[in-house]
Amino acid sequence: MLQKYALEMKNIDKEYFGNKVLKGVDLKVKPGEIHALLGENGAGKSTLMNILFGMPVIHSTGGFSGEVSMDGKKIEIKSPDEAMEKGIGMVHQEFMLVPGFTIAENIKLNREVLKYNPISNAFKKDSLRFLDYKKMNKDARKALDTLGIDIDEWVKVAGLPVGYMQFVEIAREIDKSNVKVLVFDEPTAVLTESEAKTLIKAMKKLAQSGIAILFITHRLDEVMDAADNITILRDGELVATRKKEETNVLEIAELMVGRKVEVTNKAKKEEQESQETIISIKNLNVDMPGEEVKGINLDIKKGEILGIGGLAGQGKIGIANGLMGLYKTTGDIEFKGEKLKLNDTRSVLNKGLAFVSEDRKGVGLLLDSSIQQNIVITAMQIKESFLKKYGIFSQLDKKGIVNHAVSMIKKLDIRCTGPLQATRRLSGGNQQKVCIARALTLEPEVLLVSEPTRGIDIGAKKLVLDLLVQLNDELGMTVVITSSELAELRSISDRIAIIAEGKVEGILKPDASDADFGLMMAGEYNKLRGKEAI
Amino acid sequence: MADVNNLEAVQENKEKSFDIKDFLINNMVTILFMILCIAGVYFSKLPMFFIVNEIMTRLTRNSFLVLALIIPVLAGMGLNFSITIGAMAAQISIIAVTHWQVQGIWGFLLCAVLTVPIAMLFGNLVGRLLNKTKGQEMIASMIAGFFANGLYQFLFLFLVGKIIPVNNPVLILDNGVGVRNTVDLSRNNGIKYVLDNIWKVPIFHFVIFTGLLIIAYGLYRMYRESKSKATKVSKAKYIIISIVGLVILAFGIVVNSSNELSQTLKMISNLKLSAGTGLVVLALCLFNVLIVKTKLGQDFRTVGQSKHIASVSGINVNKVRVIAITISTVLAGLGQLIFLQNIGTLNTYGSHVQIATFAIAAILVGGASVSKATIGQALLGVLLFHTLFIVSPKAAKELFGDAQIGEFFRSFLAYGVIGVSLGLHAWKKTLKAMRK
Repeated sequence: MLQKYALEMKNIDKEYFGNKVLKGVDLKVKPGEIHALLGENGAGKSTLMNILFGMPVIHSTGGFSGEVSMDGKKIEIKSPDEAMEKGIGMVHQEFMLVPGFTIAENIKLNREVLKYNPISNAFKKDSLRFLDYKKMNKDARKALDTLGIDIDEWVKVAGLPVGYMQFVEIAREIDKSNVKVLVFDEPTAVLTESEAKTLIKAMKKLAQSGIAILFITHRLDEVMDAADNITILRDGELVATRKKEETNVLEIAELMVGRKVEVTNKAKKEEQESQETIISIKNLNVDMPGEEVKGINLDIKKGEILGIGGLAGQGKIGIANGLMGLYKTTGDIEFKGEKLKLNDTRSVLNKGLAFVSEDRKGVGLLLDSSIQQNIVITAMQIKESFLKKYGIFSQLDKKGIVNHAVSMIKKLDIRCTGPLQATRRLSGGNQQKVCIARALTLEPEVLLVSEPTRGIDIGAKKLVLDLLVQLNDELGMTVVITSSELAELRSISDRIAIIAEGKVEGILKPDASDADFGLMMAGEYNKLRGKEAI
Repeated sequence: MADVNNLEAVQENKEKSFDIKDFLINNMVTILFMILCIAGVYFSKLPMFFIVNEIMTRLTRNSFLVLALIIPVLAGMGLNFSITIGAMAAQISIIAVTHWQVQGIWGFLLCAVLTVPIAMLFGNLVGRLLNKTKGQEMIASMIAGFFANGLYQFLFLFLVGKIIPVNNPVLILDNGVGVRNTVDLSRNNGIKYVLDNIWKVPIFHFVIFTGLLIIAYGLYRMYRESKSKATKVSKAKYIIISIVGLVILAFGIVVNSSNELSQTLKMISNLKLSAGTGLVVLALCLFNVLIVKTKLGQDFRTVGQSKHIASVSGINVNKVRVIAITISTVLAGLGQLIFLQNIGTLNTYGSHVQIATFAIAAILVGGASVSKATIGQALLGVLLFHTLFIVSPKAAKELFGDAQIGEFFRSFLAYGVIGVSLGLHAWKKTLKAMRK
């Protein structure tokens, strides 16, 4: 039997500046099939979707190689508009809804049904034609009915529960009459459990009407519930394509994570593993947009390297930012037995915590200032070092600053033309080292590092990680490293806390099994293993 | 769908939550001005005849300019201070037409025909500037107005006479360079009152007409709402509107037909309204209503609500914004023409300077904000703002023995109300965010 695929992507390769992000990926979706696409952050899912939608970012970086075909015909998609024309729709993760408009107006956004009037005829301008609200409402009603949503089309979107907003988005895609392939990009991330169930029901209904659905998600139970077939990507490679009936959650979790890097030859220091808790976090809530922390309890031991991992948007980034008081935080944090004042960055820095931000260019560096300025600025503010005091006036201790900067440059091997070079000109890895140098200038007891290797090349990655291990070994500094790259956490950490949905899902040793890591990141560990324990 | 019940509860909640405190907070400025107006009318001891006459003149004279502000607000560009530039376009064409000595209504029409392309050009340029300064439209349009004023003075104080030869002793200063400070529009080209005098209607005829109009609107909306599944609250609103219209209608008929009127009412009934200008204002109201219902209007609203979503769904945001400002500038130019034909003298270097401030103050008094403005707010604002303008010098004289205090109060009001309204707008936003 020769089955035509609604969408077929064959042997897709894509490079970003010599960095291969997709290596020979295949994807086949039949009409009426729900196909789940799984993978960690950075596995290549978004790049694959960008190719499918002909995003400008693909074509401005040299295009891709491989074949895309729909209904057996080879197609070339050069822009999102073309993708729309060909019948590929996307339900965005963030809502593209105008709150002050009715549901019908939102569904018909910029595709309004128009009717003629004498003036528009006289000027021959479509923009002067009146909107045909009756017809718009009717079309919207039809799309909502297809989804099985019982909600009035003339209600304003503002104030609707989030779940309904998602449905309005979907209704908009369905209303585009020719839609053949519909991509759901983590549609359930913002939904409650019951809303997610309704959504999956609606997806199945859509699939029955012959639309091919590509379902991107992190929730494995939803995959098992909804999908017919599952494709798993890892590091830009196709790992496996499975039929739902032939697999289980455990296998999927294992396939997603995989063993990427051998655990490095980190000196085991079992004997000096201390039991003394240096920071104890109780019921921490951080209101960081996109990375909300919802009640975390975590003890950080003195002298350890604690890794904090998890998928993007689950809240791992929020922990360090909350500790430092950069976002609104509630909860109890004890540092060496003393209560830490929340939401007060200055006092936290004074206590001996230092932070290397994940947002290197935004928060981390004064890009147009020199390396030496960047290295000393926090210490100058907090500890008033590098200052000469004359009564109420103070002046920079230029000599001290230069000396310190030069020694840091040497110590951390920052490749630059000298301490006066502007940090904007440095490579990512060296910028990161400047950030670390500044944190070290504070002589902290605990170093919080977020995404230290984001956006820097492999060689520099290793250097930065080695530096963290070295600090931990030689100075006994407690290091808390937050990273999206599980492999790198596993290579240097003593313990790894995995965050899912704003909470600690569990704490693992770096040599725990891939399946455990996978389950935890998907937030399924306690559900599954918990049952086994009983 | 268990959540549906929940949703209905949410909706019901919204309707019931009409509470008096919210109403007062939301309409603080308007209510304050109403109280001030009533007090001012009472203390000024001016005859009603005089006040009504003045209000009528000022309503027809100023409404058009204020209505010109609505579209940019709709498109999310805030209050358009650069209507000054539209006014300049009008004044350039008036000076040109005066020089060519085209008389009467034809002169006025020629002015209008000239104003439109000039204002379109200016509006387009301002629109482009505002696209470069997204988020700071109001201050940018204000400064653009000041800058344009410099160019305007350069044109009429230097270029006219030095570069552009104009031999017209009525217009040009005695040394042959530069336009005179004032241009008398009644003598030189006679556009004074041309629009106002086309059709004069006794005021109570107008009252009857207004009553009918309001009733018709109320009934029409009720009919529409009864067809759609609308809420009770909005129905009640239109019933109230219809009743108000009925009262106005009855009042008009009684005054018109009765012979036993009080002296004041009799005098007032002799007043005549310039219906020609009134109709032009009405036409603009209609234009504002209709354009919202077009595709272009929907684009204005989409861009106004979210530039990001608009551009993602394929709307050319920059173009829509330029169109909004251009329309506003053209309307402001026409508004300035109406204003000047009523005033009767063109103050070459002064007539345009204050109009943006006063028009914006008026619309804010009517209850508009940076992000929301309606026709009703514009008209109510003109009424309240100018009533206060009329009565405040006299009221101050009666109360404090010095009319000058009233003058201070007037300019204090114009700027104060803008400052306070902007402050309140920001405050309400934070309040809303906090409630979330």
